[in-house]
Amino acid sequence: MRQSRALEIWVGAFVAAGLAALLMLAMKVSNITSYAQGDGYRISAAFENIGGLTVRAPVRIAGVRIGRVSDIQYDSESFQAVVTMRIDSRYDFLPADTSASILTDGLLGENYIGLEPGGEEETLGDGDRIEITQSALVLEKLIGQFLFSRSQGDDQ
Amino acid sequence: MIALTLQRMGRWALERLERLGRSNLFLLHVVPGLPGLLARPGLVVQQTFAIGVLSLPIVVVAGLFVGMVLALQLYNTMVDFGAEQSLGPVVALSLVRELGPVVTALLFAGRAGSALAAEIGLMKATEQLSSMEMMAVDPLRRIVAPRLAGGIISLPLLSAIFSAVGISGGFLVATGLLGVDSNAYWSQMRANVDLFDDLANGVIKSVVFGVVVTWIAVFEGYDAAPTSEGVARATTRTVVNSSLAVLGLDFILTALMFGDDT
Repeated sequence: MRQSRALEIWVGAFVAAGLAALLMLAMKVSNITSYAQGDGYRISAAFENIGGLTVRAPVRIAGVRIGRVSDIQYDSESFQAVVTMRIDSRYDFLPADTSASILTDGLLGENYIGLEPGGEEETLGDGDRIEITQSALVLEKLIGQFLFSRSQGDDQ
Repeated sequence: MIALTLQRMGRWALERLERLGRSNLFLLHVVPGLPGLLARPGLVVQQTFAIGVLSLPIVVVAGLFVGMVLALQLYNTMVDFGAEQSLGPVVALSLVRELGPVVTALLFAGRAGSALAAEIGLMKATEQLSSMEMMAVDPLRRIVAPRLAGGIISLPLLSAIFSAVGISGGFLVATGLLGVDSNAYWSQMRANVDLFDDLANGVIKSVVFGVVVTWIAVFEGYDAAPTSEGVARATTRTVVNSSLAVLGLDFILTALMFGDDT
């Protein structure tokens, strides 16, 4: 067994390097930090149209990411999309009349939910719903409306 | 004439099926020997050294250059769209999801798989395997099982190292040569690479490739004709078959893992 000591050290170093590489990938490359923070509370909001919003899209207030979209469902009674967001528990000061809108990060970026705080004393808690919402801007609809109003303007 | 052609085709197909069946039976006989290795970890350590540690230099160098070239090439296209900030996530995703497991498995098939097949084939040609059986030592347990275990341990670790080195190489080129902001490289990456969807699926891929490549290598070696020509043919077949298997399986695994991405 004596002569195999160097060999065992090499294999040990190899396994350690492999695990270190995996750890580095997990910590530095992937979004492990967003899984780590387990606590938080959920609020929901109903939108007419969510555009390209996906699960795990960021929720921002004043540009700061305070949570993520955890679930998107279609409510067949109100014909609206119900988006559930998980907000970090350290941001528990959202006024009850906070409004939510779906925005785009830059011209071609991903969709996210932007929250605009209101002025009420009461704050949103777990399971509460944001009442004031603004749908995503769908470019095709905007162009359609623009063309429609232009042609109407021409007729007059 | 037609009957002859059909007969040839039939024989060819039957031979292929027979080989497939034999390789499955072979695996079935080797797998029960794997738990017994826990009692003799020295054998596995020895094989992990021969298979894993000695493959390290080529994997590290290949990973470094693949990462650097990836960053260099993607930058040229992405800078036209003003999207050079996304260089980090694109390099990381292509390495973690595809290139890491696949390229490492291909290198592994060439570096370690061929050596395994040649070693076992030569043992068979020089009748070492049959003399072991004479001494009531099961060559499947003593020779094949440790090599299979070593390969399955080594490949996931190697491809993790490949991806990590590649991402670092991409980082060096992106920040040093191309002037991408180093903070953007990492933070964009963290925002877009998912721990389970991307990283864990890449690891699963490399484990599957590890099993398949090592399995093909030890089977071809064990099944080789006991002549020098047979060993040569087994080595070639190992590299060709395992490369094809890796590429084909990669498509299937990718379709299963990322196909219904919403």
